[in-house]
Amino acid sequence: MSNMAERAVLNADSVIEIPRHFRLQWEPAQQAHVLLYPEGMVKLSGSAGEILKRVDGVSSIDSIVKSLEQAFPGADLRADVLSFLETAYGQGWIRPKHAA
Amino acid sequence: MDKAGSVPSTPLERGGPFDHPGSSIQSQSQMLAPETPVTPATPRPNNPLWLLAEVTYKCPLHCVFCFNPIDYTRYGTELTTDEWLKALRESREIGATQLGFSGGEPLVRDDLEILVSESRKMGYYTNLITSGIGLNEKRIAAFKDGGLDHIQLSFQDSTREMNDFISSTRTFELKSKVAKLIKQYEYPMVLNVVLHRLNIDHIQEILDMAEKMEVEYLELANTQYYGWALLNRDHLMPSREQLQRAEEITNAFRARIGDKMKIYFVVPDYYENRPKACVNGWGSVFITVTADGLVLPCHEARQLPGITFPNVRDADMKWIWYDSPAFNKYRGDSWMKEPCRSCPNKARDFGGCRCQAFMLTGDAANTDPVCDLSPHHHVVLEAVDKAQQQSKAATTPAKPIIPIMYRDDKNSRKLSEEMGAENKTVSTV
Repeated sequence: MSNMAERAVLNADSVIEIPRHFRLQWEPAQQAHVLLYPEGMVKLSGSAGEILKRVDGVSSIDSIVKSLEQAFPGADLRADVLSFLETAYGQGWIRPKHAA
Repeated sequence: MDKAGSVPSTPLERGGPFDHPGSSIQSQSQMLAPETPVTPATPRPNNPLWLLAEVTYKCPLHCVFCFNPIDYTRYGTELTTDEWLKALRESREIGATQLGFSGGEPLVRDDLEILVSESRKMGYYTNLITSGIGLNEKRIAAFKDGGLDHIQLSFQDSTREMNDFISSTRTFELKSKVAKLIKQYEYPMVLNVVLHRLNIDHIQEILDMAEKMEVEYLELANTQYYGWALLNRDHLMPSREQLQRAEEITNAFRARIGDKMKIYFVVPDYYENRPKACVNGWGSVFITVTADGLVLPCHEARQLPGITFPNVRDADMKWIWYDSPAFNKYRGDSWMKEPCRSCPNKARDFGGCRCQAFMLTGDAANTDPVCDLSPHHHVVLEAVDKAQQQSKAATTPAKPIIPIMYRDDKNSRKLSEEMGAENKTVSTV
């Protein structure tokens, strides 16, 4: 739990991860990705699911954007992806991976 | 384990449905809202999301605020391991994702490790809701190994000395030990404390204890009046003054502790003027399976008359969820009476809690009398008034009141007999 003041700023080179107590999984019954956490869950839209499933603790934000642009050619996704990641960061669904 | 209740006082508060009747699923509906508005009257119901497995009614504790049914001793035998696995598998197939192991004290079952690891393999997010009694290193290691996702530790009074509620060093040491194990095994430290008139004035001590235990999430949940708690309501309901003081102290503590601890303070719904959106609507997202296999839309529903609840032993969860008369009974809003029927809030609160409506007005289809639009709202006001008087009486020579009733087998048998003889629900109203 870090507060806003201490929060690191995300940039294109930031490697991000999903915190330990969250779990992302595909739910066949809902035809959606969900993010699970203690006694709660968030159902994700199709694009949110596509973004979060690329958050693996290894890839940088820049490479996540590139991977999405490859998977969905023709669209300029960068701004939308960055805006979603900011929201996700604010919600605590992702965080910068600490340098080893 | 402690079950007494926490209706989030604001909709976005965290809190699962597992430790209280329904309620905080409303926070989930908010999270779902941007993409999937929850509509109460869809032709085909949504799939279930939450499963509460009340794996046993056995409990080493005798909490007066427990919301287990008071006649639990007259229920049939507990489900076997295989019967539980069937219920879990079928529920998962129709979409249930969050799974709470509760009770009674779930650790009483020695097959809990199997149930946890099997349900984790099925893809559930697994939550253990426990008093901590019976949690040792061997068991927590097995749970971790089996993929248990989360433990919610409840603080309860395990002695009978209400006045020693906080100072009981035995309890404190046990909690500290279990809290250390929880941290050692890299679980977030989530502590649930049930508040009532007899302990709410110790709020500062409770907060200090939580700080010492390095709690990360603290739920200060006022008792909700179901089961044993309804029976003991006159002993348990805090006065307005007590509530205000406790909230002030909590807010001051919150300001000091900052982000180190997230604190949820939940007032009793009797002090609200709009009802909680109990279980996010009947048969909307939530399933309880009881120790003896009944499948319910919430953990209080078995007391409702005129409904035959199916049992996992002889029915399929898919049929139960979508087609059983019990799960369709209060779906949508065609069952509603006035003032709910024409009320714009009905899509938000679904008329409140069916069980509370039944317990306090005698008809589950009535508006939950917590609502100040209910013609029965006076029964709630009277209980609240009584709480103010009781609280004053406590400082003057004691007035004779009905003795407090501990949740134990002896009392349950006695109450069951009374209920059997009358063939009706024992009520304090």
